[in-house]
Amino acid sequence: MTTIVTSSTSVAGLVASEYDRPGYRLTVEEPLALDSGQSLAPYAIAYQTYGKLNADRSNAILICHALTGDQYVAEPHPVTGKPGWWDILAGPGKLLDTERYFLICTNVLGGCMGSTGPAELNPATGQPWNLSFPVITIGDMVRAQKQLIDALGIEQLFAVIGGSMGGMQVLQWAASYPERVFAAVPIATAARHSAQNIAFHEVGRQAIMADANWCNGDYLAHGVRPERGLAVARMAAHVTYLSEQALHRKFGRNLQNREALTFGFDADFQVENYLRHQGMTFVDRFDANSYLYITRACDYFDLAAEHGGALANAFNNTKTRFCSISFTSDWLYPTSENRQIVHALNAAAANVSFVEVATDKGHDAFLLDEPEFHATLKGFLDGCAEHRGLIRR
Amino acid sequence: MSPDTSTLAPGRLAAAAPPLREDLRLVADMIQGGSRVLDVGCGNGELLSYLVHAKSVDGRGMELSQGGVNSCVRNGLSVIQGDADNDLHDYPSHAFDYIVLSQTLQATRNPREVLHHLVRIGRHAIVSIPNFGHWRMRLRLLVEGRMPRTPSLPYRWYDTPNIHLCTILDFIDLCEEESIAVERSVTLDDLGRPYRLNPRGKLANLMAAQGLFLLRGRN
Repeated sequence: MTTIVTSSTSVAGLVASEYDRPGYRLTVEEPLALDSGQSLAPYAIAYQTYGKLNADRSNAILICHALTGDQYVAEPHPVTGKPGWWDILAGPGKLLDTERYFLICTNVLGGCMGSTGPAELNPATGQPWNLSFPVITIGDMVRAQKQLIDALGIEQLFAVIGGSMGGMQVLQWAASYPERVFAAVPIATAARHSAQNIAFHEVGRQAIMADANWCNGDYLAHGVRPERGLAVARMAAHVTYLSEQALHRKFGRNLQNREALTFGFDADFQVENYLRHQGMTFVDRFDANSYLYITRACDYFDLAAEHGGALANAFNNTKTRFCSISFTSDWLYPTSENRQIVHALNAAAANVSFVEVATDKGHDAFLLDEPEFHATLKGFLDGCAEHRGLIRR
Repeated sequence: MSPDTSTLAPGRLAAAAPPLREDLRLVADMIQGGSRVLDVGCGNGELLSYLVHAKSVDGRGMELSQGGVNSCVRNGLSVIQGDADNDLHDYPSHAFDYIVLSQTLQATRNPREVLHHLVRIGRHAIVSIPNFGHWRMRLRLLVEGRMPRTPSLPYRWYDTPNIHLCTILDFIDLCEEESIAVERSVTLDDLGRPYRLNPRGKLANLMAAQGLFLLRGRN
């Protein structure tokens, strides 16, 4: 049995009730069979929507967020008050036009913005899950999302779009439920996590675990949080989202509010100050155990391994239209990784477009104002909308 | 060959399709409506766009230049960045009814291998080449003793991407050696207009600026 729990506004015939954040929450009673062999029940999927679902339910776009993103795509974040993470793309009259499309974004399973994750209470014990939360995968996240799409009565998503870890979910959607995805846009992503990707995630996890306040994952019971460890994890990760050129352009060797070096370990350089700030603000909105679980889910991702070692098998006979996009200065999920996806799609004779956007902004380019990227995405979506028969309102 | 109806172009776009360049028109005439087509080296998508909108093909493209790819995708065409030497290996056999390689074979590193991929991936391959046996080429080399430059091959020897030039007769010889059937051939003048000459004859090899061939693998 599926119960829909939402905040005070109702959507698409769903029942309104209590939820303390903007958006909605679906509670699913049936157990979710996890890739680990364990099962999870009940579980909740927090989500947000923008725009209106049309009469034949054909205009829905599922947006998949990245590692530390959440469902607040196009509205101020309820914790930080900052604009939605894809505010630049999503909204009325924008590229992901909420007057044309019905946008859905879920907080991933294992997250910390309302979906079931390690910081939520385990109904069996009445205590937070902490490390007793089962290890989840990208496949599990997508299976949970599918429950929501079923509950919303959407037979086929017009598009599934996401960058980075969101792109992995896009690929998983297209591989697991091809008939439910008309168009797929995996951006700045990979079909498997490379050794380098795993290595950086391990640095982040070790930073969290090395913080005495982590308390073997049980910090909530001790009334503390491993903020320093989580901040260091964020700082290291943040460097991988940028590029050398971008860092140099932004900061160079500029000093932070001082005329000369201090011959100490204060943040002499602007880049140090910037990273410290990134780390400090991150801990206000993110749970350390969630960070462990979600980075693990990325590391375990290997779509080819699920399909006998050949990535093309993941897409055999697919009717989905794909648009893969990479960025020249992205060294976290470089063009070569994205191109492997394209080659697999070619081998499956799939309908695929691929564009590498020239930019010096690194991996984070998919979140930023990149006209070439936006023009590509717009052209692809407009073409798909015509094929799908979505009339511009 | 049965076209998926979801790939048929809407009428609004068909009306907007601009007239096609003469040599591309000849390529388009070789392609059956509603078929699956891969255009390798599709440039800004002029041919592909025409085929998709006017002939309802399920069209895909491959293009090396970033600008070309981006402008195609912006216009709703399915195009990937890639080139004939490196990116044909992955396609399964007979994935397309037609695969087009227009004025590009001479710029590939391994034309023989590319040709094999073409007739493997496409039930038919449509290939056009600049003819190095054209009288202008012969005359310039004979009279001036310098590397020829013509409207269809305008580069200088040190900056040309055309590293494997051949004549029409050379190309037909290669097809025969490789057991590739030449189903149709057309010879064209400088402006891309067809000549009424026997394409396998010595006169066509002297007069034509380009050769256009419809090929099929024999296995």
